[in-house]
Amino acid sequence: MTHDPALQILIDQVEAARAAGAQLRIRGGGTKDFYGEPPQGELLDTTVLEGISSYEPTELVVTARCGTALATLEAALAEKNQYLPFEPPHFGPGTTVGGMVAAGLSGPARVSVGAVRDYVLGATLLNGRAEVLSFGGQVMKNVAGYDVSRLLAGSLGTLGVILEVSLKVLPLAPATATVRFELAQISAMQKINEWSSLPLPINASAWWDGMLVVRLRGALAAVQSALQALGGEVIEPTQAIAFWRGLRNHDDEYFEKAKQAVAHGGALWRLSVPSTAPPLPVSGEQLIEWGGAQRWLCSAAPAEPIRDAAARVGGHATLFMAQDKSAGAFAPLHAPLDRIHRELKKSFDPQGVFNPGRLYPDL
Amino acid sequence: MNAPERIETPNDHPSAKPSTGPSADERAQRRAQVVAELAPLLPAHALLSRSEDTVPYECDGLTAYRQQPLVVVLPETEDQVAAVLRACDRLGVPVVARGAGTGLSGGALPLALGVTLSLAKFNRILKVDVLARTAVVQCGVRNLAISEAAAPFGLYYAPDPSSQIACSIGGNVAENSGGVHCLKYGLTVHNVLRVRGFTGQGEPVEFGSEALDAAGLDLMSVLIGSEGMLAVVTEVTVKLVPKPLQARCIMASFDDIRKAGDAVANVIAAGIIPAGLEMMDKPMTAAVEDFVQAGYDLNAQAILLCESDGTPEEVAEEIGRMLDVLAGSGATRMEVSKDEAQRLKFWSGRKNAFPASGRISPDYMCMDSTIPRKRLADILLAIGEMEKKYGLRCANVFHAGDGNLHPLILFDANDPDQLHRCELFGADILETSVAMGGSVTGEHGVGVEKLSSMCVQFSDAERQQMLAVKHAFDPAGLLNPGKVIPTLVRCAEYGRMHVKRGLLPFADIPRF
Repeated sequence: MTHDPALQILIDQVEAARAAGAQLRIRGGGTKDFYGEPPQGELLDTTVLEGISSYEPTELVVTARCGTALATLEAALAEKNQYLPFEPPHFGPGTTVGGMVAAGLSGPARVSVGAVRDYVLGATLLNGRAEVLSFGGQVMKNVAGYDVSRLLAGSLGTLGVILEVSLKVLPLAPATATVRFELAQISAMQKINEWSSLPLPINASAWWDGMLVVRLRGALAAVQSALQALGGEVIEPTQAIAFWRGLRNHDDEYFEKAKQAVAHGGALWRLSVPSTAPPLPVSGEQLIEWGGAQRWLCSAAPAEPIRDAAARVGGHATLFMAQDKSAGAFAPLHAPLDRIHRELKKSFDPQGVFNPGRLYPDL
Repeated sequence: MNAPERIETPNDHPSAKPSTGPSADERAQRRAQVVAELAPLLPAHALLSRSEDTVPYECDGLTAYRQQPLVVVLPETEDQVAAVLRACDRLGVPVVARGAGTGLSGGALPLALGVTLSLAKFNRILKVDVLARTAVVQCGVRNLAISEAAAPFGLYYAPDPSSQIACSIGGNVAENSGGVHCLKYGLTVHNVLRVRGFTGQGEPVEFGSEALDAAGLDLMSVLIGSEGMLAVVTEVTVKLVPKPLQARCIMASFDDIRKAGDAVANVIAAGIIPAGLEMMDKPMTAAVEDFVQAGYDLNAQAILLCESDGTPEEVAEEIGRMLDVLAGSGATRMEVSKDEAQRLKFWSGRKNAFPASGRISPDYMCMDSTIPRKRLADILLAIGEMEKKYGLRCANVFHAGDGNLHPLILFDANDPDQLHRCELFGADILETSVAMGGSVTGEHGVGVEKLSSMCVQFSDAERQQMLAVKHAFDPAGLLNPGKVIPTLVRCAEYGRMHVKRGLLPFADIPRF
């Protein structure tokens, strides 16, 4: 990879920024510019470094460069009946593999299959000293040294340019079915958590406006017996696929309404809380995923009571989308985590070249 | 810290290099100083400083490396842990945290001028939350004890290292332990939600949360598997998962190593993720059959254990597909477990590979590298050549599903030349694994055992970045210094030794 001219462009740009004391904002498809604190600095375009470097279906591993379109990667996997089980969102057509890892966002199935970070096996990073470093590898198990590659998931480009990643992939499940139940929030949360503690192939759930929707995924026999056990109204497959895709990519009715609210000064919050946390005393419209562990809140209420409500139950609240992010995009860190974040940032990017302030304003 | 080259790396800490050897006087003096500082912080029985009391702590599961610590502390409360860490920070004394001491890479090897911090007293299960499917446990709780506590509710803790009856969850966090079911159910890093502990300065710290993520960087991902070098862990929240209704296992024989290796790839290619997929070669099969009489096929060149779990219908369907693939891959004999007793019997040999090896050889050294699955046959054949080269026997067990091999090199430690050849053999396996695209350790960790092999797997800049990560968590460099990440100096030395050949690797580590 070091002989790649596209890589050299990125290395040169980082060298130049270092020499000039400049700052860079790392950007792939730009579909998540809205996420986190506002991007600052000169553009470093990762889409120049693209392509699937290697894919071996029987190893369950794919390695792709940062600028590879996520859609391209997913199409290559689909050809071999494999996929990324954590359903990373496509907030637009240009979503890249590097952006997927840097943002660390996962879709509806995250609750049962794990998040982006759980599938990262290795990564190559361009750090703030313009060094190309590889961590992890292309094997399932690897405890040689600290697992820096997983740390990059959700780092929002603050530690360096994610040049290439190796991801674990899985075979497509033989069967999927979606069922729905009319239930109020409290009983819906009770039910979904009870079902999740039984050996049932529950893969995803969503509750909104008095309706709990549950997706089953696994072996045909397991899905069929679970349908018997759960009851509920079976949703026709094309409708179900559209429903889950809308949730994953934030273009269904709830999120479209939320985006309109944001345009009018409201905010979309992402509350990450223990799945069994009681209904939170916050005002606004909620859509609840991950068996109760991820609660979207569209609200015009001030940040403090929302952050407090999440913190009181052991979670945290992200100001996911808003025009005004003066309250901070992410929940503030306390000592000693705050100190460790600063020291880690310095260790990867001593001059603060990359994505300044994108994760926390002064980081 | 401005640049990594300015860090005083932990390996440069004088006490991290036992070979440079502090004198007895120096140790006695330092011990008196440390005891005076720690005694007021702990009950008398929780501070061990006499040689006969500290000798049981001189090694972990890797018994070839031994070093008596300056003192051993066994705190009983988190306040005591914090107080000990603060005192050690004041004195500049390094601290080696220790769980059950079952680690196989010397990660808990004491330091001659260091404190060994045993967390054995932290052995309580604090909470099992059935609805949330989580358990909050103290770090010294045994891995299997968590699953036993969750069993009445139909739940269990998925990672199941072979040492699970003895190893502690704190140690599992330190090593990112796997087990025979981790291809399907994940490693420790996939099954831990939250870790509570203390920094090297004795400040309380929590990584992760009881939600599915936490604000900021995912520090849990580097903490897990950091071998006690970033923080001292005292409490862990783990995920529990529903126990599958049924599990059944296929035992398949192959008359050729390559066919067995291909069968592993073919199972995955068929879209099956087995709950467990293990391989044993002929010498290993002979050793374990003699030990457990499980009815293994002694004529097979390799045996695969292939497990399916889930609902009875699901298992029946999957076992059928697995049998087709294995037969199509040239299996010479296949047997499906008829009941739970027979399934456990199939596994008994695999789980007893280590004790069985102990019966056929005075000593054995267990390696732990990983390779891409498709290279299984290649590495086995390469190991066969190495047996001739080093004049030692080797029996092989594999977590074949995830390409993690455990060659057991058989030798007699009383013969210094055999030990020497064994170490060269081991290093050769690790370097061959890296050359095949793998890693020097899949689950046992680097500890002190594989320090030199880290020079082969990572560049200077990569190792410096890892040391800088340690520095970010532990600026004083007092938590388990000298483990996992070798210094530039050490790697330069190792490079030279390679050129010369025949010089003893690990020369700066005392042996007995």
